[in-house]
Amino acid sequence: MSHIEFAEGLPGIRGPLAFSPATTKPLCDLVEVLLHAPHTLSPAEREMIAAYVSSENDCYYCQTSHGSTAAEHLGGMPRDYQLIDQIKQNYEATPLSDKMKALLAIAGKVQKGGKHVTTEDVERARRHGASDKEIHDTVLIAAAFCLFNRYVDGLGTWQPRDPEFYREVGKQTARLGYAGRDWKQPLPAMTTTSK
Amino acid sequence: MAHIRLPEGIPGILGPMAFSPETAGPLNELAEVLLRAPNTLPQADREMIATYVSSQNDCHFCQSAHGAAAAHYLGGNEKLVNEIKLNFETAPISDKLKALLAIAGKVQKGGKLVTQEDVARAREQDATDKEIHDTVLIAAAFSMFNRYVDGLATWAPTDPQMYRENGKRLVQEGYVQATERLLANT
Repeated sequence: MSHIEFAEGLPGIRGPLAFSPATTKPLCDLVEVLLHAPHTLSPAEREMIAAYVSSENDCYYCQTSHGSTAAEHLGGMPRDYQLIDQIKQNYEATPLSDKMKALLAIAGKVQKGGKHVTTEDVERARRHGASDKEIHDTVLIAAAFCLFNRYVDGLGTWQPRDPEFYREVGKQTARLGYAGRDWKQPLPAMTTTSK
Repeated sequence: MAHIRLPEGIPGILGPMAFSPETAGPLNELAEVLLRAPNTLPQADREMIATYVSSQNDCHFCQSAHGAAAAHYLGGNEKLVNEIKLNFETAPISDKLKALLAIAGKVQKGGKLVTQEDVARAREQDATDKEIHDTVLIAAAFSMFNRYVDGLATWAPTDPQMYRENGKRLVQEGYVQATERLLANT
């Protein structure tokens, strides 16, 4: 049971987003810029950073929905979903670029605490071609998911376990992004699934 | 030295905000709604929650900036702000604020640590659903701001007077305006 009362049938962050429209606008504007707007890092790469940090924070809803969004950006094939699982388990052993591995290393440090990021971590990312903006955005994506994960888990939100639901979330979000959406709309996969 | 090249001489979060105006906009709007806009929780209480979480995260810039804003609301009572950071349970504040600070302290460590008992304690002191929601989101937001400020190794001045002036500006002008004006002058 969630810690405060949310509208029926809204999973994960959608409960709090519908509960508090005044904070939802800046939160969604922020994540739109960080994850969906045009960027030198692809939307899939930025969603991977979000999914990885959420996995390190053990937030089921965020790691699964952003993992699905990353996989759907890549094409939504089983191998895309497998890659996301591998990143969460050990990104250093995946076929990701050295630059992405270096950025994920920075994100993992930020998840533990800002002061954990070292000059060496940043030099590694630069050596593999990361720009100041890419390093900045990696730090802010990781920091933002330390917010979102705490928001979702700190209010004890309802987090379904149906993989089909998260595929639907991933497909929708990959297409629509985050800004200006109506978070009160239940997802198609949810209408047949009872709470 | 900061991890990326930030504009010279701008302290704390203002450096990254000058570097990235497209994210600074929503970040300041979020701070404004959470900390300064009308709410049943007094602005001083909300700044204290921000200060306490920043202190638990050992972020010098954020705890000094928001501690100064809290003290400004309290007529300059910096002693109370320090007592809250050291041990809010023994500080001369309301039982309700203590219960909310306890929730904020759990959120700082991790969302799952908040228990039904923590929430029941706040409710016994008449905290509403919205006040509990806002407390969780303030604590979560400062888990972000602190990591943003320290994760880029920004410059944090040590002069308390700088923070007092900055705190006064934040209280008087608000997060969006004060930041826009400061960045326009740099």
